[in-house]
Amino acid sequence: MDDKTEIIRVEKLNKYFGDLHVLKDIDMTVMKSEVVVLIGASGSGKSTILRCLNFLEKNDSGTIVLDGEIIDPKTHNLNRVRERVGMVFQHFNLFPHKTVLGNVIEAPIKVKKIPKDQAVRDGIELIKKVGLSDKINVYPSKLSGGQKQRVAIARALAMKPDVMLFDEPTSALDPELVGEVLATMKQLAEEGMTMVVVTHEMGFAREVGNKILYLHDGKIIERGNPKELFENPQEERTREFLSKVL
Amino acid sequence: MDSLYHFFETFIVSYDLFIAAMFLTVGITVCAFMFALVFGLFFAFLKLTKIRLLMWISDFYVWIIRGTPLIVQIFVLYYGLTNIILMPTFWAVTIALAFHVGGYLTEIIRGSINSIDKGQQEAGSSLGMSAALTMRRIILPQAFRRAIPSFGNQFIIALKDSSLASFIGMQELFGVANLEGSTNFDFMTYLLVVAVYYLFIVYVFTMLVRFLERKMSVSD
Ligand SMILES: Nc1ncnc2c1ncn2[C@@H]1O[C@H](COP(=O)(O)OP(=O)(O)OP(=O)(O)O)[C@@H](O)[C@H]1O
Ligand SMILES: [Mg+2]
Repeated sequence: MDDKTEIIRVEKLNKYFGDLHVLKDIDMTVMKSEVVVLIGASGSGKSTILRCLNFLEKNDSGTIVLDGEIIDPKTHNLNRVRERVGMVFQHFNLFPHKTVLGNVIEAPIKVKKIPKDQAVRDGIELIKKVGLSDKINVYPSKLSGGQKQRVAIARALAMKPDVMLFDEPTSALDPELVGEVLATMKQLAEEGMTMVVVTHEMGFAREVGNKILYLHDGKIIERGNPKELFENPQEERTREFLSKVL
Repeated sequence: MDSLYHFFETFIVSYDLFIAAMFLTVGITVCAFMFALVFGLFFAFLKLTKIRLLMWISDFYVWIIRGTPLIVQIFVLYYGLTNIILMPTFWAVTIALAFHVGGYLTEIIRGSINSIDKGQQEAGSSLGMSAALTMRRIILPQAFRRAIPSFGNQFIIALKDSSLASFIGMQELFGVANLEGSTNFDFMTYLLVVAVYYLFIVYVFTMLVRFLERKMSVSD
């Protein structure tokens, strides 16, 4: 695998909500098969970064490059761009009126126009992969939080994205269900999926992350590999944050 | 005892007239309701575009419908429509009723679309689905499920409101009761008879709505 390919490059990204300057000159790159973990206090802008990466929010300035292509929201069909960027949400956002399989095959059939029988075959495979073969025809309301999140992961994977974004995928879960979701994510990472993860699970960040970005008040003030950043943070504010969460 | 006997006698004698009229009543209401869904969807979408002029048109429509008596709307639309194009009374009345019910459905549909969690739209977007596709496949099916009880209510109101069609000569349930009552000089009995028919169809449709509600709620 060519680990030298850049999947995402962000340069001088700025984002405002009204007068509120939420992201300040964000620079970051994500290489193929890399797991980049974003950490930082509540309100520091972690979700907003992810949402800019798949254009659920539009940045006010700066560039976002996906697979070597500068994405301009004005000229690009953002729906096509989003097909390549999977997203997993804190609150799952499964489609409650569709079964597990229905959730997974919806976009491949309706967006990618994949024939139904093939989409079903691929979907079942993915559901198996996240360990839910016995839940294929079940509605989301009958699933635990951890199971819901694994379905959400399978649903995003069904579009065969180049990169997966995770926004606090375990924050809404009961503690005993966190492990199964993290295990699924770890497995994905081991298979070479490129991932950007916002999480408060420092154990996961340390074990699975290749690069940690510490975000403070809309700025990335420290970055490095997990060992450097967790064991020897350079910035006082990073140390402070870590002492609270570790 | 005599009057009870008289009631049943009237009921049985007028049976075939009222059955035919009942089908007409149900026919007007079902057709009107289906058109009303189209009106309701259309004006709800206008409102959701967030384009000033379109929102204003939607508000104006709802304002007119809510602010004027149905009988006025029916007369105006009936004479309006039949003046412009040659149109059978049935369709003129049906469209007039649909236009009325559509005003109420506009609000119901808009409300239930807005009640769907924003995360659903975002999940659709994040999978590369267009706004229109997400609306059609994800938001609307959930919004409609949520709206079933209100739709049911509105349908039953429309069922009874369709009696106003008799004022422009439709021989639906109330029209028949009116005519038979006056030709037989026996208004009261025929009014009671027709009430039984209304109670019956309202009961049937209430059950139907309840069944739909239960069937649709399996998923959430
Ligand atoms: N749609 C919005 N409109 C206005 N302000 C917003 C909006 N979304 C986020 N913000 C603000 O932007 C800032 C960054 O929010 P963001 O959700 O990115 O933080 P976060 O790091 O993900 O926090 P958390 O850990 O609580 O999820 C916060 O001050 C938040 O209040
Ligand atoms: Mg967040």
